[in-house]
Amino acid sequence: MEQVLLRAGLWFGALVLAVVACALAVDQGFAIHMAIFGIAAAIALWVTISGKSVDNAVRGILRMPDQGRYDDDVIRWGVIATVFWGIAGFTAGLWIALELTWPQLNLGLEWINFGRLRPLHTSAVIFAFGGNALIATSFYVVQRTCRARLAFPGLARFVFWGYQLFIVIAATGYLLGITQGKEYAEPEWYTDLWLTIVWVAYLAVFVGTIIKRHEPHIYVANWFYLSFILTVAMLHIVNNLNIPVSLFGSRSYPVFAGVQGALVQWWYGHNAVGFFLTAGFLGMMYYFVPKQAERPVYSYRLSIIHFWALIFLYIWAGPHHLHYTALPDWAQTLGMVFSVMLWMPSWGGMINGLMTLNGAWDKIRTDPIMRMLVMSLAFYGMSTFEGPMMSVKSVNSLSHYTDWTIGHVHSGALGWNGMVTFGALYYLVPRLWNRERLYSLRMVNWHFWCATLGIVFYAASMWVAGITQGLMWREYGPDGYLVNSFAETVAALHPMYALRAFGGLLYLSGGVIMVINITKTILGQYRTEAPMHDAAFDPAKDRPIVAQPA
Amino acid sequence: MSSIVERHKTLERNVTLLAVLAFAAVTIGGIVEIAPLFWIDNTIEKVEGMRPYTPLEQAGRDIYVREGCYVCHSQMIRPFRDETERYGHYSLAAESMYDHPFQWGSKRTGPDLARVGGKYSDEWHVQHLKDPRSVVPESIMPTYQFLAGRPLNQGDMTAELQTLYTTGVPYTKDQIAKANDDLKAQADPENATEFKKRWPKAQVRDFDGDPTKLTEMDALVAYLQMLGTLVDVNAPAAQEDLAKEKGR
Repeated sequence: MEQVLLRAGLWFGALVLAVVACALAVDQGFAIHMAIFGIAAAIALWVTISGKSVDNAVRGILRMPDQGRYDDDVIRWGVIATVFWGIAGFTAGLWIALELTWPQLNLGLEWINFGRLRPLHTSAVIFAFGGNALIATSFYVVQRTCRARLAFPGLARFVFWGYQLFIVIAATGYLLGITQGKEYAEPEWYTDLWLTIVWVAYLAVFVGTIIKRHEPHIYVANWFYLSFILTVAMLHIVNNLNIPVSLFGSRSYPVFAGVQGALVQWWYGHNAVGFFLTAGFLGMMYYFVPKQAERPVYSYRLSIIHFWALIFLYIWAGPHHLHYTALPDWAQTLGMVFSVMLWMPSWGGMINGLMTLNGAWDKIRTDPIMRMLVMSLAFYGMSTFEGPMMSVKSVNSLSHYTDWTIGHVHSGALGWNGMVTFGALYYLVPRLWNRERLYSLRMVNWHFWCATLGIVFYAASMWVAGITQGLMWREYGPDGYLVNSFAETVAALHPMYALRAFGGLLYLSGGVIMVINITKTILGQYRTEAPMHDAAFDPAKDRPIVAQPA
Repeated sequence: MSSIVERHKTLERNVTLLAVLAFAAVTIGGIVEIAPLFWIDNTIEKVEGMRPYTPLEQAGRDIYVREGCYVCHSQMIRPFRDETERYGHYSLAAESMYDHPFQWGSKRTGPDLARVGGKYSDEWHVQHLKDPRSVVPESIMPTYQFLAGRPLNQGDMTAELQTLYTTGVPYTKDQIAKANDDLKAQADPENATEFKKRWPKAQVRDFDGDPTKLTEMDALVAYLQMLGTLVDVNAPAAQEDLAKEKGR
């Protein structure tokens, strides 16, 4: 009872704060955001006082089985949130790809201009789709590998809903023009504060569960998840050290300017890739690849070496985003050298994942989920080779500022992060909803091919676009003058932008197939379909070769 | 080698130790690379001509950030022949020393803007922002018609300059106190005598072609027209400073 009172008091306090802030707001965007915060606090307050169980309510809607041995409700919500935000993020991406191809699609509306939608797309796929996948899978994996239920069930639910609130505030902010103006760190100061609270709660639930464990050892997947949570906390806090203009307004200014601001930002930005999209997803890989392959991890020793090497080296690589800028030369060179070294621990992870299939390689042919996971590792290997190559200064002088970078990011994000998440989702859904199997394995296969082809179109068109752009910018005629005006280089890219959008459409189509498949699985339906593989049998040929007597 | 595996078991059984060591491993790189930037000369030194943004320019900069212009336009010219011929002298560290946040960008879907100031007329900018394809047929930039009629309403500019002052931008007390007046005065040449005293070299005129009101277009064009115009990069002092920036 006392606990309920305390919680109700906290939510009431938050509600009052939000109402006051909304009333005193100096700009419209801030007022809207405080209203959203207020509504969220009011709902939380009502749930706390009424004693209604959100778990039960949602369980009915989402056809969830009753509480099992592990605390899986919050993971089921997370699976659905991951799918939902994934589709939202892919759709936003397709839309802005079309805007770049046919600028009329900006429609002259400020809310959907490319400049505002692009952060919406990047945040939706990285933080909403990727973040929900990471939170959900980390809660699943940490319970299984520790043989313990989640440490603080209430706090785990707060992490889930709090994170969704962060996404909604950030996304609506972009459309309203509320931004810090730093890539991948666009949310304003109050959104950042809220995320910090949620993140600390996330760390508490994760570490608390590890402390409760009944296994003597902490499994390797959890090392990666742990380093991801810790490092992202550090990056987020330092890169978002801002001073608000007014406590009741949305605008704030970062304490770092110019060169210092640039390096802090790319120290953050590159390690958002390194820890959010790499270390965290490697945690996912280290659980779901061995599970789906039904083989132990290839090398325990390799996992130790590549874990420590990866987290130590990644942090240094940020300056490669600032080659030939006003950043001091030594910092650029340091960034380049460490980026090249990073190739090795990255491939350590890829090798450890791929070689786990030792003795089960046939599964690539027979099991489309395994094929998805293997393809994700292949893309991981490819983009972690491409990255160090692009960080070499002479290559970077051509590739920087061009679409090559965009292509590189997408082969990593669509290939590695997307595919490993799809694989994990297909693994999780039947198990979390107590279904015998997925609705359809053949649809997984379709998803696989749509996604893979989509990435091929995307990456190939962006390679061509990027190199074209880079070469056209620096092309000199025999007269010693620049050959191309900037506008001509823009026009030259049009067909490539159209092809890129087509690739995005394929990738999104794969996602839609997944939505159907997962929905039907949750509803408990199974598609009657021919098995994916079978040895060939032709009755007509099943006869002795000599002529038969009549 | 097996000893590493054996010794690592201590870490695998102790989450505190694992967390502390992992955190230590991820802090080192950042400290070594970032900390020196706060005391190395050429990253903190002022160059002749650099001044903080006027209230109107800062308001324009806020709009530039709000609309996500940095997503497609860089403000960092690299020291290559083609870039310096296309955009002008390569960018100096000091030129972005008052930029909170920095807007160097990472992608050139459109051209670099670090030295766009003074290259085009105000009328060109207004027309280009309203309908980019009417002046550059190949352009894929969105239209910014909505900036044209909208009154500039950036809130209290004194509070804004005061905040920037707190982060280290050297505004004078007078500049901060009169920020709201200066915001209007810069686009109103007839009432700009006081403004010109506080901001001797700033450009004063009606920027958007509509002298009757102060619009978001005024602010954005004022910002674009001053970009890269503060430092005379060919002056001896600037060249001396550049000589210290090795390897560029």
